[in-house]
Amino acid sequence: MSATKAQDIGGLGHSVRRKEDARFVRGKGRYVDDVKLKGMCYLALVRSPYAHARLKGIDISAAMKVPGVLAVITGKDLEEAGLAWMPTLSHDQQMVLATGKVLFQGQEVAAVVAESRFAAADGAAAVRVDYEELPVVIDPHAALGKDAPVLREDRDEKSNHIFHWEAGDRDATDATFDASDVVVTQDMVYQRCHPAPLECCACVADWDTVNEKMTIYMTSQAPHAHRTLFALVAGLPEHKIRIISPDVGGGFGNKVPIYPGYVVSAVASLKLGRPVKWTEERSGNLQSTGFARDYHMHAELAASKDGKIRALRVKTLGDHGAFNAAAQPSKFPAGFYNICSGSYDLENAFVEVDGAYTNKAPGGIAYRCSFRVTEASYLIERTVDVLADELGMDPAELRKKNFIAPDKFPYVTPLGWTYDSGNYAGAMDRALEMVGYEDLLKEQEEKRGRGELMGIGISSFTEIVGAGPGKQCDIAGIEMFDSCEVRIHPTGKVLARIGVQTQGQGHETTFAQILAEELGIPVGDITVEHGDTDTAPYGLGTYASRSTPVAGAATAVAARKVRAKAQKIAAHLLEVDEADLEWKDYAFRVKGAPDKAKTMQDVAFAAYTNVPEGLEAGLEAVDYYDPPNMTYPFGTYICVVDIDKGTGDWKVRKFVAVDDCGTVINPMVVEGQIHGGLTEGFAISKMQLIDYDEGGNITGGNFMEYLIPTAVETPHYDTDKTVTPSPHHPIGAKGVGESPNVGSPAAFVNAVIDALSPYGVRHIDMPITSDKVWKALRDAGIQD
Amino acid sequence: MAETVTVKVTVNGVEHEARVEPRMLLVHFLRDELDMTGTHIGCDTTNCGACTVLVDGVPMKSCTMFAVQADGHDLTTVEGLGDNGGLEPIQEGFHQEHGLQCGFCTPGMMLVSKALLAENPDPSEAEIRRAISGNLCRCTGYQNIVKSVQYAAKKIRTGSAESTVGGGAS
Ligand code: FES
Ligand code: FES
Repeated sequence: MSATKAQDIGGLGHSVRRKEDARFVRGKGRYVDDVKLKGMCYLALVRSPYAHARLKGIDISAAMKVPGVLAVITGKDLEEAGLAWMPTLSHDQQMVLATGKVLFQGQEVAAVVAESRFAAADGAAAVRVDYEELPVVIDPHAALGKDAPVLREDRDEKSNHIFHWEAGDRDATDATFDASDVVVTQDMVYQRCHPAPLECCACVADWDTVNEKMTIYMTSQAPHAHRTLFALVAGLPEHKIRIISPDVGGGFGNKVPIYPGYVVSAVASLKLGRPVKWTEERSGNLQSTGFARDYHMHAELAASKDGKIRALRVKTLGDHGAFNAAAQPSKFPAGFYNICSGSYDLENAFVEVDGAYTNKAPGGIAYRCSFRVTEASYLIERTVDVLADELGMDPAELRKKNFIAPDKFPYVTPLGWTYDSGNYAGAMDRALEMVGYEDLLKEQEEKRGRGELMGIGISSFTEIVGAGPGKQCDIAGIEMFDSCEVRIHPTGKVLARIGVQTQGQGHETTFAQILAEELGIPVGDITVEHGDTDTAPYGLGTYASRSTPVAGAATAVAARKVRAKAQKIAAHLLEVDEADLEWKDYAFRVKGAPDKAKTMQDVAFAAYTNVPEGLEAGLEAVDYYDPPNMTYPFGTYICVVDIDKGTGDWKVRKFVAVDDCGTVINPMVVEGQIHGGLTEGFAISKMQLIDYDEGGNITGGNFMEYLIPTAVETPHYDTDKTVTPSPHHPIGAKGVGESPNVGSPAAFVNAVIDALSPYGVRHIDMPITSDKVWKALRDAGIQD
Repeated sequence: MAETVTVKVTVNGVEHEARVEPRMLLVHFLRDELDMTGTHIGCDTTNCGACTVLVDGVPMKSCTMFAVQADGHDLTTVEGLGDNGGLEPIQEGFHQEHGLQCGFCTPGMMLVSKALLAENPDPSEAEIRRAISGNLCRCTGYQNIVKSVQYAAKKIRTGSAESTVGGGAS
């Protein structure tokens, strides 16, 4: 029997074209808003125009008279059902519909259900709410001041302080700082921004009155976790809840939490005995669902004169808005922010974070990052550049001097993580070569001589992804394992179901590739399903780049379990001892006589028709994988910008991205993830901001104010990779979706600041809009 | 019930007639009345282009037109691309060059690109980027969308095209 090649079956490392494309390019995707059920009615939300106000009364009489309106639901109605509040994923609670008072502009106050979406909107406009305005707190520092009004009357603590959290050794870090030659300090704000996937949130709740079963089609990145939360909060038996997350139009963290719209729709469906659809508008999406970041950071680095970085000290205030609705493992109030020592080998580090309530939308979620890693990476990569400026050292050289050396892995950081593997200098060298660093430096010197503004920005980030391990990471108590169930049919075709869910990452293809590689069955013969809690095994969902590290591992292990049984059957078919067989070139082959072989397809048929005595029929396995550690992808990004002195506008001339995410399953998909993540990083660094005026009015609450880059401003990217497999992952993969968004903001900002550094500019907060650059130039007295 | 008016439109070669409220947007007409859900909604301010359809061959944001304004016109939606289940070059280009991830922007992107290629069979990268700049994508960073359009252009011009992303086809 001749050898099958990885290429023939679409195994690991091949740019297999995506299976899911077939429906999307024909307009046959099925997103939640495409779901239309018999008798379905529509729900519209009434939102608060005020950021902080007492609710004096809600008059629904006019709304009830609007033709087609079926019901109006208020916080009072929910209170009776014990559902006026719901738990968040961060030891807090959040109002579903407001009772007592509203705490942010855009907050959900009432819901109107009607026969059509137009009647629902008309009904919502007819709900009269009587508000009494209260003083508004927008600045998180002010929120912690003595005179600040206490926003959360439901809490025992009479302050706006949410939590204090720290990592590392404070005293040892202070001592190292005191003993160091050079200390730099930088304040920076990672602004409030929003993941804004192109599809907003939506659901269709369908209460089956006969079977007493609730089916919810929902834009969910974590359908199983949502099912359990619905069961716990609403008191419905879990086997009578089915969450279906069909095609999802992008998530980026936005679709991890449960939002009031989902809960009210379920309540409305229970009340009316009819399916109820809620489709969020973009304004509602930006104004009320999970924002990200809003971290106010103070960073200090201590170093020796010759550029050896010795210690890092960080103090941060996180603005969580009205409710702490951060979506992250429950033991980590500041997420994995203590990854902020980055790629560097430090003697000591200490980080502390406090959380504050303000009259802003609740959050924050992890926007394309695994829990505050983006903030951490930005902080360290920005501060290293500040240090380079202070020392007059080349930022590339400073980084290289301080990288954790490849032979130090596994490396325990002073902030408590154990990095699995890395070769930071390798990625950086490749990036420097690709960008032509030496030539760029020469060009920059010449340009500076002529007064032109050109900047080179480097970011050498280290990520942390793939949560679990379960004992360390849980969501509402549920350990963050993930799962895969593999079933091989008699004719050698495969059905696999995974516990994670896709929002565009291409799981139906890439997970089939993992199976193809492990089973020797072509990708085309493998169907991967996900997103339906009635059929898929329990999983914690897709976010924090955890699909490949956790569910990808489960998939490989499940396939290996299948293979272990298959080997027994193959031995039976070949009439040899099991130990005389080896799995090689995608078949069970007799050692020393490789042509005597059985493929998985041969075995599959036998598994149903000719099993050896003592073995049960069938060929399937399930694996719940609890990773022993997280994975630590890394890379180097280099950005080159030119600044127009007249307008302050900066343009990216070149952007080089070298990523190391361990073993690559599908290079095409990985490259696509990198392009997308870099573009989100670009958007954050240049244009995205969810802001509020003093009265708590949101600016940035629609796509005219909250900017998404178009194809015209988006840079072109040159990508490459190095491969340092994860030693603990069954196929050595690390996950990649978030690296580009975690690593790139610092590269963009460092480039702009580098261009301005001859004029004494050391930092500008994101988003770096042209007017900020223009003002910096004016302040430096060098306007054209 | 509110007052209704008659709308008669040709969508993908098939004539449709319906009575709708005058305020009904074309995008809702397509999605809710005709059950053609390939045309998407991504914003409420005419910024995203997820709702793009061709009206007499010209790309239009169907969230910014009333259904009644389409009366008597000839529309193309994503469901009208390709024939007999086969893919036309622009669809093939998006598939081969990985021009889509979540797929939400894809119908609009393909339709503006189709309109571009009808006018300009060999567009430069800058021309492609300009043509699709009314359509937002949150997933791809546009780079592979540009390649998808180039692939389709070449396929239409020469009858064949090779894919380039991820080290070529597999
Ligand atoms: S839905 Fe966004 S432009 Fe039409
Ligand atoms: S592919 Fe997701 S928005 Fe374009």
